[in-house]
Amino acid sequence: MAKLTKVKTRTKGDTTEVLVLVNHPMETGQRKDKKTKQKIPAHYIQKITFEHNGKVVADANLGAAVSKNPLTAISIKGAAAGDKIKVSWSDNKGESGGGEATVA
Amino acid sequence: MTMKRRTFLKGTLAGGALTVAAGSGLLKPTDVLAAAWPKGAFDAKSEADAVNAYFGTSSASDNPAIKVKAPIQAENGAVVPVTVEAGVDGVESIAILVEKNPAPFATSVDLSGTAAGLYKTRIKMGKTSKVTAYVKAGGKLHTASSTVKVTVGGCGG
Repeated sequence: MAKLTKVKTRTKGDTTEVLVLVNHPMETGQRKDKKTKQKIPAHYIQKITFEHNGKVVADANLGAAVSKNPLTAISIKGAAAGDKIKVSWSDNKGESGGGEATVA
Repeated sequence: MTMKRRTFLKGTLAGGALTVAAGSGLLKPTDVLAAAWPKGAFDAKSEADAVNAYFGTSSASDNPAIKVKAPIQAENGAVVPVTVEAGVDGVESIAILVEKNPAPFATSVDLSGTAAGLYKTRIKMGKTSKVTAYVKAGGKLHTASSTVKVTVGGCGG
């Protein structure tokens, strides 16, 4: 399953908000399949790392209690136009992905 | 239309997950990536235990400078938007906990460098509960909370 990662930035004054949307099921491991009565195994993102110009600024830990297709945001102070934002994530099954954006 | 789409999505998701499970023969999460992931905090069954596991202390003081923005009433417990704005200097980490969830520790973020004190995400909530943000700044733990009423839970599906 291809997983899309969208990274967007929004600048207001001297703070830039970095929004990340990952297309991910975020299964808790509690849900049961109605047909097979089997528990659907847990499958969720555990780590999202934000980099600003190559330096890690935020390292988010996610649990199964985060909604599916998680939208996560942090903010950065004093980012200039053209700065590079890189986001990468990994889940409990070893899948990973990421995206990049440039501060507008 | 919506219902059909829902059923279809559930079907495909379950199918995909089972194929992966059968293929690898293991349902365990990979330990390599989970190394830096605070498993103890996520596994804790009570809020105090989770805070203790993550921050190493559970003594926190209420701080009006921390703002937790969450809806008063969430119609859908599966998607509850929560924003934490920490109006204090030197924010090191922010954690969001849902008191009444089976595992209260929902998510956290460690900030450094140019990052400002803001964390926004969407969480699942089983039932009406207090949503608490713990902010570590300058070696101290600050907290603030907000109660969210949930009419339809998001943990059963």
